[in-house]
Amino acid sequence: MSAAAAQPYEPDISSTKRGGKAARRGVLYLAAIFFSVFAALPFAWMVFTVFKSNQDLYNGQNVPFRFNEGSPTLDNIRLLWNQTNYPTFLQNTVVVSILVVIITLLVAVPAAYSLTRLVGRWGENLGIAIFLVYLIPPTLLFIPMTRVVAVLGLKNSMFSMVVVYPTFTIPFCTWLMMGFFKSVPWDIEEQAMIDGYSRVGAIWRAVLPVSLPGILTVIVFTVALTLHEFVYALAFVTSSSEKPVSTGVTTELIRGDVFFWQSLMAAAAIVAIPVALLYTLFLDRFVAGFTLGAVKG
Amino acid sequence: MSALTSPSTGETLTWSDDDFEPDGRYLLDNSRLLGPIMLMPAVIYIIGLVGVPFALAIAYAFSDVTVGDQSIDWVGLRNFRDVWGNDTFQRALRNSFMFAIVSQVIVIILANMLAMVLSANFHGKRIVRFLVLLPWTTPIALAVIGWLWTLDNVYSPIDAALRELGLLGPGTMFGPGKNMLWLAKPDLAQLSVLTVHVWRTLPLATVILLAGLAAIPQDVKDAADVDGASFWRQFFYIRVPLLIPIMTVAILYGIVFTFTDMTVVYILTRGGPIDNTQVLASWAFFTGVEASNLAHGAAIALFLFPLLVVVALIMLRVAKRAETV
Repeated sequence: MSAAAAQPYEPDISSTKRGGKAARRGVLYLAAIFFSVFAALPFAWMVFTVFKSNQDLYNGQNVPFRFNEGSPTLDNIRLLWNQTNYPTFLQNTVVVSILVVIITLLVAVPAAYSLTRLVGRWGENLGIAIFLVYLIPPTLLFIPMTRVVAVLGLKNSMFSMVVVYPTFTIPFCTWLMMGFFKSVPWDIEEQAMIDGYSRVGAIWRAVLPVSLPGILTVIVFTVALTLHEFVYALAFVTSSSEKPVSTGVTTELIRGDVFFWQSLMAAAAIVAIPVALLYTLFLDRFVAGFTLGAVKG
Repeated sequence: MSALTSPSTGETLTWSDDDFEPDGRYLLDNSRLLGPIMLMPAVIYIIGLVGVPFALAIAYAFSDVTVGDQSIDWVGLRNFRDVWGNDTFQRALRNSFMFAIVSQVIVIILANMLAMVLSANFHGKRIVRFLVLLPWTTPIALAVIGWLWTLDNVYSPIDAALRELGLLGPGTMFGPGKNMLWLAKPDLAQLSVLTVHVWRTLPLATVILLAGLAAIPQDVKDAADVDGASFWRQFFYIRVPLLIPIMTVAILYGIVFTFTDMTVVYILTRGGPIDNTQVLASWAFFTGVEASNLAHGAAIALFLFPLLVVVALIMLRVAKRAETV
C-alpha cells in the first residue's frame, strides 16, 4: 500500500486492520450461522420428521439425523389429509380469515383516514390510544369474552372468532393505515375535489387507489394475526368441526399420550412456512407501525 | 315550506328550507361530520368488544360468579385474597416476571448482535434473514409444537447430538441418563420456556433495532470513522445513545408479549412439572376455563393489568418525544 510506504511509522496499523477485517468477516459468518441454526432448529426438525416412517422414528438404535428403514415416506401427509380433521381446520381458518379481513378493512380503513385527515389535532393521539388497545392481551380478556360470545349466541362456533378477532386486527390495522394515509399527499384529494368529486368520491377514486399497498399490507397482517391467534380459539371453540388450525392441530392431533408426531409436524409446517414467507415480505411495514414514530425513516 | 307559482304556466313550485341545506352527499363533504362518521364503527367495535369485556373482567374479579350462577354479586376483595394465598399463584407471579425480565435481558444483548449481522452485507443474507425471522413470523402455537418435539423426553435431537458428542450418557458431563428430560425436570423446563421466549421475541427486537440503525444519519457514522473512533467506542458512544428510545420500544414489546403469553407454557409444559413453569396467563386459563372458576380466573388475569399500564405510559412518552423531535 503506497500510503503505508509514505508513512513508514504506521505500517502495522494497516496490516492489523486488514487482518482484523478478515477476522471480522469470519465472526460475521459464524454469527450468521449461529443465529440461523438457533432460529431454524425446531422447523428443520419439524420438516425432517414429516418424512419419517414409524419404524424409523421410534427405533432407539437408529441415528435420528438420517433416514432409515421405511423413510422417506409421504404416508404421514396422507394420514393427515385423509384420516384427521385437518382439512376442516384449514377450511375453517380460511373462512374465518376472509371474514375477519372484510370486517377489518371496512372498519379500520375509514377510521385511519378519519384520524389522519379529518378529525384534526387529536387524531394522532387517538390513533396511539387505539394502537395501545392492540396490546391488551387475549389472556386478560378471554374469561369475560367467553360470556360475551355466549350472549351473542356464538359459543362453540367459528363465527365467535370472526366477531372477536377484529378487536385486535382493527386497532393494529388502523394504526398501520394511518402511516400510509400520512404519506399520501393532500393534493390528490384536492385535485379530485376540484374535478368535481365529493369528499367521499375523492377518497374512493383518488386516495384508495394510491393506498393499495397499504390495503394489501392490512390484508396480509390481518390474515397473519388471525392465524397466530390461539387463546381465544382455545377458550371459545371446543368442537372439532369448528376449530381453526392453531387449536385444531395442537389439541386434536395429540390424543392423550398418543402423538402422531410426523403428521402433527406436517400439519404445523404446511401452514407455518407459507405464513412466514408472506409475513417476511411485508415485514418492513409492520416494523414501521411498531416503532411508534420513534424512528424517522 | 315556501311556494312560488309561475305566472306563465301556473305550475307551483314548493320547497322547504331543508332543500338548501346540504343533502346527504354534501353533508358528507363536511369534515366535521364525515370524520366522526368514519371513525364511529371502530370506536363502537372497541368499546363494545374490548371495553365491555374489560369492565366485565373487573366485575367478575370482584364477584362470586361461577359457570352455574352467572349473576354478579359483589364480594369485595375476597377473590384476590383467595388467589393471592395460593402457592401456585405465587409461583406463577414469580415466573411471569422472571420469564419476561430474564428473556428480555438476553434478547436485547442478542438483538444487538443479530442487528449488526443483518446490517452487514454478505452472501446468503436473504436466506439468513428469512430464517432468523421464522420464530416471529410463524404462528406461535405451531412453532411451539415444533419445540415440543425438539425437546421430547425420549426423541429429542438435542439429546441425540449430545450423545454423539459424548456429552450425555453414563460417565459423561450431562450423564448418566440417556436423555436430558428437558420438559420433565423443573429447572430444565424453566430453561426451556425461557429459551422459547427468547427465540420468539428476538426477531421482533432485532427488526425494530434495525429500523433504528437505518435512521442514524450517515454523516454521524462518517464523522466517527474520520475521527478514528474504534468499534467499541462507536458502539457505546454513538449507537447505544442514539438507539436508546428504539431499544426501549423493543424491550417493551418483548415484555408485553412474554409477560402476557400463555401459548408457550400451555403447549410446552402445561405449567408443569408440578406447576414449576406456571405463569399468570396459563394459571388464569387453567383456573378460569379448565377448572371453571370464573371469578378466580378473572382475578388472576387482572394481575396482568398494572404492568400493561406501566408499559403503555412509557410507550406514550416515547411516542410524544418522537413527535416533538
